[in-house]
Amino acid sequence: MKALSQKRRHPLAAIVLLALALLLTGGLYAVATATNEAKAETSTTYTATQAQEGEKLFISNCATCHGTNAEGTADGPSLVGVGAAAVDFQVGTGRMPMQMQGTQAQLKPGQFNEEQTDQLAAYVSSLGAGPSVPEDEYLDVSKGDAANGAKIFLANCAMCHNAAGVGGALTRGKFAPTLMGVSEKHIYEAMETGPQNMPVFNDANITPEEKRDVITYLKSQEVNNSPGGFALGSLGPVAEGLLIWTLGLGIILIFTVWLTSRSA
Amino acid sequence: MSHTTVETDYQAKTSTGRIANFVDSRVGLSGIIKEFGRKIFPDHWTFMFGEVALYSLVILILSGTFLTLWFNPSMAPVAYDGSYVPMKGTEMSVAYASTLHISFDVRGGLLLRQIHHWAALMFMLALTIHMLRVFFTGAFRRPRELNWVVGCVLFILGIAAGFTGYSLPDDVLSGNGLRIVDGIMKALPLVGTYLSLFFFGGEFPGEQLIGRLYSMHIMIVPALILLCVAIHLFMVVVHKHTQYPGPGRTEGNVVGFPVGPVYAAKAGGFFFIVFGIIAFLASTFTINAIWNYGPYDPSPVQAGTQPDWYVGFGDGALRLMPGAWPWHWEFNVLGGTWVFSVLGPLIPAGLIIMAMFIWPWLERWVTKDNREHHILDRPRNAPYRTGVGVAGIIAYGTLMVAASSDLIATHFHLSLNDVAYWLRASLILGPLVGFFVTQRVCLALQRKDRELVLHGIESGQVVQLPHGEFIEVHKPLDEYRRYKLVNFESPAPLAAQPNKKGKISFAEKTRAGLSKIWFQDRVVSVTPAELEAAHQAHDENHGSVAASDTKEIH
Repeated sequence: MKALSQKRRHPLAAIVLLALALLLTGGLYAVATATNEAKAETSTTYTATQAQEGEKLFISNCATCHGTNAEGTADGPSLVGVGAAAVDFQVGTGRMPMQMQGTQAQLKPGQFNEEQTDQLAAYVSSLGAGPSVPEDEYLDVSKGDAANGAKIFLANCAMCHNAAGVGGALTRGKFAPTLMGVSEKHIYEAMETGPQNMPVFNDANITPEEKRDVITYLKSQEVNNSPGGFALGSLGPVAEGLLIWTLGLGIILIFTVWLTSRSA
Repeated sequence: MSHTTVETDYQAKTSTGRIANFVDSRVGLSGIIKEFGRKIFPDHWTFMFGEVALYSLVILILSGTFLTLWFNPSMAPVAYDGSYVPMKGTEMSVAYASTLHISFDVRGGLLLRQIHHWAALMFMLALTIHMLRVFFTGAFRRPRELNWVVGCVLFILGIAAGFTGYSLPDDVLSGNGLRIVDGIMKALPLVGTYLSLFFFGGEFPGEQLIGRLYSMHIMIVPALILLCVAIHLFMVVVHKHTQYPGPGRTEGNVVGFPVGPVYAAKAGGFFFIVFGIIAFLASTFTINAIWNYGPYDPSPVQAGTQPDWYVGFGDGALRLMPGAWPWHWEFNVLGGTWVFSVLGPLIPAGLIIMAMFIWPWLERWVTKDNREHHILDRPRNAPYRTGVGVAGIIAYGTLMVAASSDLIATHFHLSLNDVAYWLRASLILGPLVGFFVTQRVCLALQRKDRELVLHGIESGQVVQLPHGEFIEVHKPLDEYRRYKLVNFESPAPLAAQPNKKGKISFAEKTRAGLSKIWFQDRVVSVTPAELEAAHQAHDENHGSVAASDTKEIH
């Protein structure tokens, strides 16, 4: 200890300290992120055949934009490390392959069946570690807590997807789509991978259990009949204003004309 | 008065009669009813919207009273423990919890809440349509200018009542609206920060606000509204109702039916019709699903956040303000920061409101018409005013539509930014185009009226005359219809007049310029001489074939 205390005024002491501090924070960060990565990787394992089939599908359907080795081109991003979850979401919802280049990939009927989607996912996940398709345990809404889900949803999701989850506008033609009618798995994968303009909500940010709560809340919104009558798309005051200016005014007009039809 | 002695002598025969006589001999109600019951009101469907607004107000007061029995305007935090599952255990203000309680646990509470809110939308709708009717028919002219101003005040008070009520549930949606109010207050130079601190009782959102808004919403604003309504109706009685032009209708009479008994019964029935319509809407369509939005939290702003339609023009103005083009709208002048990105939008919104208030005087200044008017204008017969009104509707409508720019973008697959650019263009160019197009349309309609009066209606009957000529028979208008089409004034432009010093002032030049734009092109009504000449012309051409006109055959 004596040696240490003598050296503490050494001109290089500050640099050594700084290096130690950087090493420590960097190391902690690596450990912290590794826990997420580890969690993400533990799940479905694909066979080598699946990956091989997937590569064939990839070359013939995806490589034009994403490159022959999925390394990315000017027209599409690299897929190394995006994980099986991203493939399952993008291909499973029909967003990929895109119909055309645009501000955002649009929802459309899927082009590949489940088997082919799995093969593509197998190939892409073989390129680098990434989030995998969620386990059924986290998709089971009977285990979720809708009230906690509502809290998380309103604090994290409603800004873009609207309080009732019916979607909303973003800048320059981009938009957040409706969440009504989206499958549990795809909602989970979207949170995990952040498709299009959506931010990633990783497991440190929103834990798998919390993700399940959010899904539970959204599913409860789907089955809950709107308590106040027709929900008018859950779009808020604009839809209500439109209704009073059309239907409301229309009915009033009919009665005013009727009441004064025998006037002087 | 002699009837006092008559009444003391009068002995009722039935017990009901005795009670009525007892009351009447002390209150003198029969005199009032006799006077008011014989008040004549003209009948037209466009005259009914003020009534709709009045009935909506009554419904608002009734349903609002019911809501006060359960609503608790406290901002104290509480963990929700009602029957709406997705909010169970969530921390929220007592105000929000009691609104959820009304919606889910009070019997009929949700229906009454929805009746109250739909009635508010209906109130503002009817009030707006009523104002448009008064404007486009020129009913605000002397002697009714002050009643127009009272109406404008009611419009503002209606917005105030609506906005304070919208804010009471303390949900995220209304909290966002209050945050904007806070922002506007703070943007005011010098006094802004203090004003916001006074209003919110400290830093936004504070713990005072809902209680303060509550006393405004259920006491101060309704009291002011009722006061203005009383003044408004009193002045209607004093001025008497206006009427559309028609045979027998002059500036000195009112043609119509007396209040009692038919109108009184009709009005009573109409109240229940309006109530029924609102109850139908409230029981069929959700309004303000506060349970979706969650308790207020200053951090999130949800997608699809808009105010109720009557506040939309303010929100739209804010949305249309360019953020950083062509420069940043923030200046440090005179020791304060002037945030024009927030102050700027107040300008178009304020101009529309101001124009509304001063219009009767502006019109009088340009036309120099200071006579009393009890006969209304058909909108086409005042092309300048109709043009200005349409320009105003376009400006206001653009701002209102801009408040839904995000929904327009998503529902029509457009870029949010493009929607804003187009609406900005529409805000500036729309009113100008609207004015000139409307003025031309009005002039065209007036010319059509002239044609109709001079040449009659094309009957579709083609007749061959003895000498071989084919003509189409034109039926002349009947006198009643013709009266409506010829009974209007068409003022000519008034050139600038020098003042007493013999100089033409700048203001006078401006006035003359406006007068030129308004009245340069005009269509005068058909004179009896012209009508006579037109009839003579076709009689000469066709001898015995009455009601025909060769000029129309080309």
